[in-house]
Amino acid sequence: MTTQGEGLFGVTGSGDTSGFGGLVRKRPVQLDAQRPYGGWYDEVVDALEEAYPGFSDAIERVVIDRGELTLHIVPAKIAEVCQILRDDMSLRYELCSSVSGVDYIAEERRLHVVYHLTSMTYRRRIRLECAVTAADPHLPSVTAVYPTADWQERETYDMFGVIFDGHPNLTRILMPDDWDGFPQRKDYPLGGVPVEYKGAEIPPPDSRRAYR
Amino acid sequence: MSNAGYAQERETTEGKVFTVTGGDWDSIVSGVDPLHDERIVVNMGPQHPSTHGVLRLVLEMEGETVTEARLVVGYLHTGIEKNMEYRTWTQGSTFVTRMDYLAPIFNETAYSLAVEKLLGIEVTERANTIRVLMMELNRISSHLVWLATTGMELGALSMMIYGFREREFILDIFEMITGLRMNMAYVRPGGVAQDVPDTAITKIREFLDFMPKRIKEYEDLLSGQPIWTARTKGVAVLDVTGCVALGVTGPVLRSSGLGWDLRKTMPYCGYETYDFDVPTQPEGDVFARYLVRIAEMRESLKIIEQALDRLKPGPIMVEDRKIAWPAQLALGNDGLGNSLEHVAHIMGQSMESLIHHFKLVTEGFRVPAGQVYVPIEGPRGELGAHVISDGGTRPFRVHMREPSFVNLQAIPAMAEGGLLADVIAGGASLDPVMGGCDR
Repeated sequence: MTTQGEGLFGVTGSGDTSGFGGLVRKRPVQLDAQRPYGGWYDEVVDALEEAYPGFSDAIERVVIDRGELTLHIVPAKIAEVCQILRDDMSLRYELCSSVSGVDYIAEERRLHVVYHLTSMTYRRRIRLECAVTAADPHLPSVTAVYPTADWQERETYDMFGVIFDGHPNLTRILMPDDWDGFPQRKDYPLGGVPVEYKGAEIPPPDSRRAYR
Repeated sequence: MSNAGYAQERETTEGKVFTVTGGDWDSIVSGVDPLHDERIVVNMGPQHPSTHGVLRLVLEMEGETVTEARLVVGYLHTGIEKNMEYRTWTQGSTFVTRMDYLAPIFNETAYSLAVEKLLGIEVTERANTIRVLMMELNRISSHLVWLATTGMELGALSMMIYGFREREFILDIFEMITGLRMNMAYVRPGGVAQDVPDTAITKIREFLDFMPKRIKEYEDLLSGQPIWTARTKGVAVLDVTGCVALGVTGPVLRSSGLGWDLRKTMPYCGYETYDFDVPTQPEGDVFARYLVRIAEMRESLKIIEQALDRLKPGPIMVEDRKIAWPAQLALGNDGLGNSLEHVAHIMGQSMESLIHHFKLVTEGFRVPAGQVYVPIEGPRGELGAHVISDGGTRPFRVHMREPSFVNLQAIPAMAEGGLLADVIAGGASLDPVMGGCDR
């Protein structure tokens, strides 16, 4: 998330006078938030620290960005953390809204699994993020805590090849069973075909020139 | 050596003949529960009139009772999320609108709100009001399709005709405003594509005028109808615990008694300033879901009326010319397109405007790096947009938390142990849209 291209087609110093070269809004990359976080963020993190003895080993970093709280969790601990977040009376994240994957291809642990939990009692949301490598994409399934994660973990497996250990039936869900590869990974091609239009050949979207 | 376990043999002129009687199978078979003779596996779909698109159900049955239900989805997977990574932020609207094709405005709004949160911008008051207006019209049209198709599946064919008749009226309104009936890419990052014409306001007023009577008619047609109640009451019950555990939100959750509506609990688009109720029912069966959806249509009418009243003239796009779509769109005979005045302006008068137009359309704007999750209350439940930017002109990743996809997981819980006919009623009551489910 740190790379930031500028200029037309990656060219710099082109004398672009349109003003669009200056469109890049510089802002710091998501940094670790420091205590006190302010607002309810402290309450949630404190309550989790109190209820979960392995807090310091399990939480890699805390990020607060655009009013959203993200906890980066050690992959092996995700099911434990979810269990505490769901059951502790002062946290009560009853609903697992979403589980999805992201492929940060430039990173060492490139495959991220992102969980969005909702506390209906306190009307709060929290994001949990786990990063695993493509070589060893294993982390525990949270289906025992949140049954709704069943299909969403299957989708994440289907699209990113993340393996959720302990999932009752980790098979492909959207792609055909015999599909090769994991389509949402960044190194998986979009697979467009060129289209002929009035004698000219229009390349597929993934091989067109692109602004960086 | 005892021959007990072997077939009896005797010598004949043709050689040795074994008489195989089947050992003790007779006694085993006679001990079998006669019901197990009827165990069959029924494959329903993916092309089936009552699966709301291409949903496939594999049902293991004993007689009429479903013992195991397994769902197969993915037939409509079109890789929308992947495709969006190769288009600009504005072009993303045209992709998300095709996900849940019965609720295009909701998809667009969730996506646009997420992009706006990443950009750190607020849309204008008029744009916000138009969004609310369009969303509530869309909610009614979506619920009407639900009512129409569910009516058809449970034998109330007239309901289908009436439901689609009124939906068509709403689609006409959409066409007047956006130029298209469906998949309109109308709500865009920064505002909406174009202003609401006065003719459309008149038509919406007309709609507000006759719709309450029509909703009354639907109720007269269905609520006391013995077949309808027999097919829906006490069928496919799911309580609050089951709903939350399975992630089921929206009208299905509210019909089991929990009044969880994001418009009230975590408001967006200024919903906290509108006066409306969140209808709930305690029963958690198909009939309760029907009642909740009918009541929600009435509430949506209330919101539309309030939105019309507060629709004051003003800009519909953000002021920032580095983000706002440059074209002034106008509705022509062939749909929405660039207005002639705008084309004349950029081609004849202002070189800078032309450059701006060109750069914004081809390159698009840049969105600061980061990730957000924006959930809104769709007609089927929580519709969440998880959008990530790496600071470029294209989304790094877009994931939609589709209520259809998540809610469908509840079908085994509702269907197993029930009758085959109730699978239809239960599945329909979730209101799944496979375009949204498979994306």
